[in-house]
Amino acid sequence: MSLTETPGMKGQPLPQPPAIQRFFGSTVVSVAIYVIVIGMIVWGSFTGAQNMGYNWQWYRVPQYIYSFTDDGFQFGELLIGLGATLQLSITAFILASLLGLLVALLRLSGLVIGSAVAIGYLEFIRNIPLLVLLYLFYYVLGPIFGFDRYTASILTLAVFHSALISEILRAGINAVHKGQWEAAKSIGMSTGQTYRYIILPQSVRFMLPPMTGEVVHLVKSSAIVSVIAVAELTTFGRNIISDTYMSFEIWFTVAMVYMVVTLILSVGVSYLERRYAVDQ
Amino acid sequence: MTGSTPIIEATNLDKFYGTFHALKDVNLTVHSGQKMVICGPSGSGKSTLIRCFNGLEWHNSGKLVIDGIEVHEHSKEIRDLRQEVGMVFQQFNLFPHLTVLENLTIGPMKVRKISQAQAEETARNYLQRVHIPEQADKYPAQLSGGQQQRVAIARSLCMETRIMLFDEPTSALDPEMINEVLDVMVELAETGMTMVVVTHEMGFARKVADTMVFMEDGQIVEVSPPEQFFTNPSSERCRMFLDQILEH
Ligand SMILES: Nc1ncnc2c1ncn2[C@@H]1O[C@H](COP(=O)(O)OP(=O)(O)O)[C@@H](O)[C@H]1O
Ligand SMILES: [Mg+2]
Repeated sequence: MSLTETPGMKGQPLPQPPAIQRFFGSTVVSVAIYVIVIGMIVWGSFTGAQNMGYNWQWYRVPQYIYSFTDDGFQFGELLIGLGATLQLSITAFILASLLGLLVALLRLSGLVIGSAVAIGYLEFIRNIPLLVLLYLFYYVLGPIFGFDRYTASILTLAVFHSALISEILRAGINAVHKGQWEAAKSIGMSTGQTYRYIILPQSVRFMLPPMTGEVVHLVKSSAIVSVIAVAELTTFGRNIISDTYMSFEIWFTVAMVYMVVTLILSVGVSYLERRYAVDQ
Repeated sequence: MTGSTPIIEATNLDKFYGTFHALKDVNLTVHSGQKMVICGPSGSGKSTLIRCFNGLEWHNSGKLVIDGIEVHEHSKEIRDLRQEVGMVFQQFNLFPHLTVLENLTIGPMKVRKISQAQAEETARNYLQRVHIPEQADKYPAQLSGGQQQRVAIARSLCMETRIMLFDEPTSALDPEMINEVLDVMVELAETGMTMVVVTHEMGFARKVADTMVFMEDGQIVEVSPPEQFFTNPSSERCRMFLDQILEH
């Protein structure tokens, strides 16, 4: 079957990308390349492990995911860890969104002080590595304000991600046509009412794609709190390894669990996006 | 027809955008019930002037009193003012995420704190007035331009304002839809509403206006009753402008 040229608006053919680009751009070829690359990585690590005489014990892994005992279904340590990771991520994300909204509104407020505070905050956060921020919260602010490692972890993730989230929110708010502000004002709405009933509901569709990226990013960066031994997926993985020495199997499994979660998130949101697409 | 109480009083208004002098010493009085039509070349400051009338722009000097409220950037009563002055925009500016009915009820419900049932009743009344009662549950994107602009007029009417400002309400419309909007505005004029309309639809102006205003270069060049304005304008600039737009 030859590629037929699609007619454009006025009947002339649309410019087509060069053949080689079309070949590599097609879904079948992309999937094939993806499978080959993944296959090579897996094969490479397995033969590598074989050569160093690694003793694979995959059969011991499932018990750390789930098991059946006399009491029925039991969550394994990895699933419990996943639960903790999700709880940590969700709490941090909610906090990060609130903080991000506050910073975005400060920047949009038009007040000189407001934008100065917001920009100062953003620059401060952006220029500190996540790990250092975590140490700051745990070793410095924790003792001063008396909060524990779990709170320190949530605050670290929330603060770190609030910076990017505030930019996403700001861009989404700015993407709404300024005529919407004028219409809302001219029926007497306050700034707060205008945000709540008119602007934010319309911004959502601009924000959804980058926000998903940010949630995925947050779930992944939550692994860093394992360095202060907060009980979550990565920490549990490390604990299992120190008991069993199955580092290859467990790290592969942990990576897969993160991947499954983030893939589900991405697919779910792209479904939502299609459902709530509002045409203007 | 024209009441005697001044409802908009602009005295020596000046407005700058940066260093650009957009309104130059503008003096204008609109009386309660008056129908004023403002015309003039593009960029002459017509939008700027009427946007000052509901606080979408702020004048830099001079005095503006509307319905007894002195309007300036820091006036506490600006939201009260906006509830008295409605505005219809060239680009309609309907809320695309809300249905037609919700577009009409959100203002009364959230700003005037009127119950949903009552707001919907009022909204359906005004939809009837602008001849599109059957479109209540559609979204703006599903309507034609003329219908959207009539919804925008109804939205403004639902706030039960005493003054309505129109900024070139038919300029964004396809020609065949202009009349359906103008007809609604003519009917509105018959109710005694105070109207300030920026438009180049001279047929409408002849039918409705009791005062014509010509602006150029940020200044008000001519204010006169329509009989005089169309037959014997006192300024040469105004005559040339009318010749130009009436040619078509
Ligand atoms: N927000 C703004 N910033 C800078 N200049 C503006 C702004 N709005 C309008 N102007 C300028 O002010 C002048 C008058 O504009 P406007 O009131 O929109 O004219 P009209 O409605 O008569 O076409 C124009 O030259 C325009 O470029
Ligand atoms: Mg204009």
